[in-house]
Amino acid sequence: MSNPLADMEKPDVIFCIGTNMTECHPVAATRLKRALARGAKMIVADPRQIGLSDLADIYLPIRVGSDVALLLAMAHVIERDNLTDPDFMAARTVGGEQFLQHVRQFPPEWAERITGVPAKDIEAAALLYGNAERGAIYYTLGVTEHICGVENVQSICNLALMTGNVGREGTGINPMRGQNNVQGAGDSGALPNNYPGFQPVTDPQFQNKFRQLWGTTVDIEKGMTKVTALGRAGDQIRAMLIDGENTLITDADRHHCEQALKSLDHLVVIDIFLTDTAQLADVVFPATAWGETDGACTNTERRVQRLRAAVPPSGEAKPDWWIVCELAKRLGFDGFDFDSPNQIFNELCDVSATYHGLDWDRIEHGAYQWPVPEKGHPGTPRLHEKEFPNGRGVFKIIEYRDPAETVSAEFPLWLTTGRRLQSYHSRTQTGRSRGIDFLLPEEVLEVHPEDLERWGLRDGGWCRVTSPRGSVEIKVKATRRSPRGTVFASFSFSNVPVNVLTGSGYDPITETAEVKVSVVRIEPCDSSSITV
Amino acid sequence: MIMSNPDRKLQKMVIDGVEIDYTPGETIYQIADRSGKHIPTLCNDPRLEPFGGCRLCVVEVDGSSNPVASCTTKATPGMVVRTNTDCLEEYRRVLLELLVSENREIDVDTLRGYASQEFAELVDRYDARSGRFVGVRSGRSRTDDDNPFILRDYDLCISCYRCVRVCAEREGDYAISVMNRGFRTQITTEFEGLLADSACTFCGQCIQTCPTGALADRKAISAAELQGAVEKTRTVCPYCGVGCSVDILTKGDTIVGVHPAMDGPANLGALCVKGQFAFDFVQHQDRLSAPLVRGEDGELHETDWDTALDRAAAGFSDVVANHGRHSVYAVASGRAPNEAAYILQKFMRAGWGTNHIDNCSRA
Repeated sequence: MSNPLADMEKPDVIFCIGTNMTECHPVAATRLKRALARGAKMIVADPRQIGLSDLADIYLPIRVGSDVALLLAMAHVIERDNLTDPDFMAARTVGGEQFLQHVRQFPPEWAERITGVPAKDIEAAALLYGNAERGAIYYTLGVTEHICGVENVQSICNLALMTGNVGREGTGINPMRGQNNVQGAGDSGALPNNYPGFQPVTDPQFQNKFRQLWGTTVDIEKGMTKVTALGRAGDQIRAMLIDGENTLITDADRHHCEQALKSLDHLVVIDIFLTDTAQLADVVFPATAWGETDGACTNTERRVQRLRAAVPPSGEAKPDWWIVCELAKRLGFDGFDFDSPNQIFNELCDVSATYHGLDWDRIEHGAYQWPVPEKGHPGTPRLHEKEFPNGRGVFKIIEYRDPAETVSAEFPLWLTTGRRLQSYHSRTQTGRSRGIDFLLPEEVLEVHPEDLERWGLRDGGWCRVTSPRGSVEIKVKATRRSPRGTVFASFSFSNVPVNVLTGSGYDPITETAEVKVSVVRIEPCDSSSITV
Repeated sequence: MIMSNPDRKLQKMVIDGVEIDYTPGETIYQIADRSGKHIPTLCNDPRLEPFGGCRLCVVEVDGSSNPVASCTTKATPGMVVRTNTDCLEEYRRVLLELLVSENREIDVDTLRGYASQEFAELVDRYDARSGRFVGVRSGRSRTDDDNPFILRDYDLCISCYRCVRVCAEREGDYAISVMNRGFRTQITTEFEGLLADSACTFCGQCIQTCPTGALADRKAISAAELQGAVEKTRTVCPYCGVGCSVDILTKGDTIVGVHPAMDGPANLGALCVKGQFAFDFVQHQDRLSAPLVRGEDGELHETDWDTALDRAAAGFSDVVANHGRHSVYAVASGRAPNEAAYILQKFMRAGWGTNHIDNCSRA
């Protein structure tokens, strides 16, 4: 997030797109609700009538994968009605003139044909955001998990840049990070293109830095993404170490993923349970869990906080870092003689530009948000207040593209996937916590009630959902939360492996799978063979 | 739409004979509280709007014939306030005696909730267990609500409305409300139903603000009989990226519950159903407790650390010997701490000399 969570109570116009915040980031959503109670207005764009849309002043039920069209048309209206911030554009951005020229082609009537949202509603949303003194945009995987995920994000940035809604309280471009430490994993260098602190591996300056720090040779080429690595498993990639990820259940296109992991010569998994993924491994190491592990983690607002152990480990379980250090020592690697997590965290801070002013003691109370470039620096709750990392904000010329797959006679329905409040990812944790089953006992396919008859379905009955990649059998739930022609399910339940269906395409830059858009057909089926 | 605070000049007032600076807009209670006065209250939660329901926080103000509720009264320049006269203290004691007469029990297990001891502590502070009054009980417990998380033991309710207010003001869910008045006051959902059939999301905020334990954490109190004192350990919730601060509650080596950290920078005391209640996976019987290696029979078998580490290391060595350093790949966890991710990328980069590392963020 460019802005701190506390700023979520400060906008006068909130624009949520592709974020089911009341279910996926419920505590952050409470801050938006307080802003609404104080008079803020909210625009929500989402194919489904999610909890946030019930609270919205303007709800834009866009067709799955049509975000770019909506955002171009909003920019069009803002340009047409002179609601841009010319001072901000002149002082802080480049490429604005070409961008404004570009968006003149895309009036709301054009976007209506693609998004299915009435032009007047797009117009009203654009005017509301364009006139905002403090406009803040929030988004999640509904924006990024598309073949055009990067273009979606850039389109959001264009809107914020043209209206100057960056670098001030209650504004910003705010992706809500998903997992408790997905931000920290990237910060710490678990990315194929960056050393810790987002220092590019292809930059000779940083290659030299890490060559000297670690006293080894370093790879001068970028690594591959996990998506590519799974695609080349059994071929170029022969061995994998997977730490705390149930890849088989959570990744797109399960059949492909299972083939990939099975084709490896050597698979090592570190986890707290024998997950579906761990069951494929040659060696499984038991890791200490939350509540058993000391460490540091970093949240969606870049706040670095301490994790503390409250109970002893399960059996012989060990911290993830200890396991990898022991492996490294056995392989003769230098630089892995650590006794405690604080030594490792302090080394991370030493080598990272963003954490450089932090150390184990300084994060005791979670008071710092990165970047913290040097000791004594107060941290940076709000990014881009005076300048952007590369100097100026760059407008990007974006065109709308169809999703990788579009509905057809063979696959006449859109499928979009997501998460539910009561379960977390593949339920390895929430599924083993007493009581959660009371609230969410099983997965269902959400279908608009008026679509039931068309496909011969019964509310509470079973159906077979088939995409070009596979089929799953799932219970039907009639609900107006899904629009006509679009069905929804979460991927949490391993007995309903919805990711068998997904994986139609991948963003060419991030290689993120377009799990938010697949095409499917549905037919009723007998449930007698299905065990729940 | 939303006004920002203009610069406000400090003003002066007098509390218990001492002159104190305050910022216009502050209530008497807020000023007294930060000055170290312990004005009793039951309906106050610092995160909620002042309510003025319990009347325990009344104070005497020069020029006012009756005591005023300090939580709802804003200070004015030159105001002279007394917080602890004999008259006020007697008044507070009688109020507490009346409240005691309404409830089935006063002393409840601390595992019921974060604020569950507030009533008992005040009753003791004011020596209010006289039994002078035999009151009618208000509030009927909803023994029919069998949800696994929130015990609705309204026999202990004193109608402070904190649960209703936290649900509305902090959560924005408006799942519960107040029905009737006086002894017939009842906290309830729409149509007097079960929580599961209401707008309740089971975030547990009502439990944590309840000052009597009338609303209680069912999962935590299932450990009430377990021996040992309750210890708290401050950490961060293991679920989403918001990073809510929590206190893990333990008895001995057992995790028995979670409290939201009221001063947590990301959450300010809020939690959701997962952070509040989905903690017991940690000590679930399915946890891996020893390394596993695949045997010649094709199955995974428990083994010792040395054997497993040797086997894992040899597997990587063989692959790299045969196919080169770019044939190994690592996926770091978005769930494990920063140290795990840092060490794993160092293992790949400094150890093997490859940038073949990623994390869960693309899934």
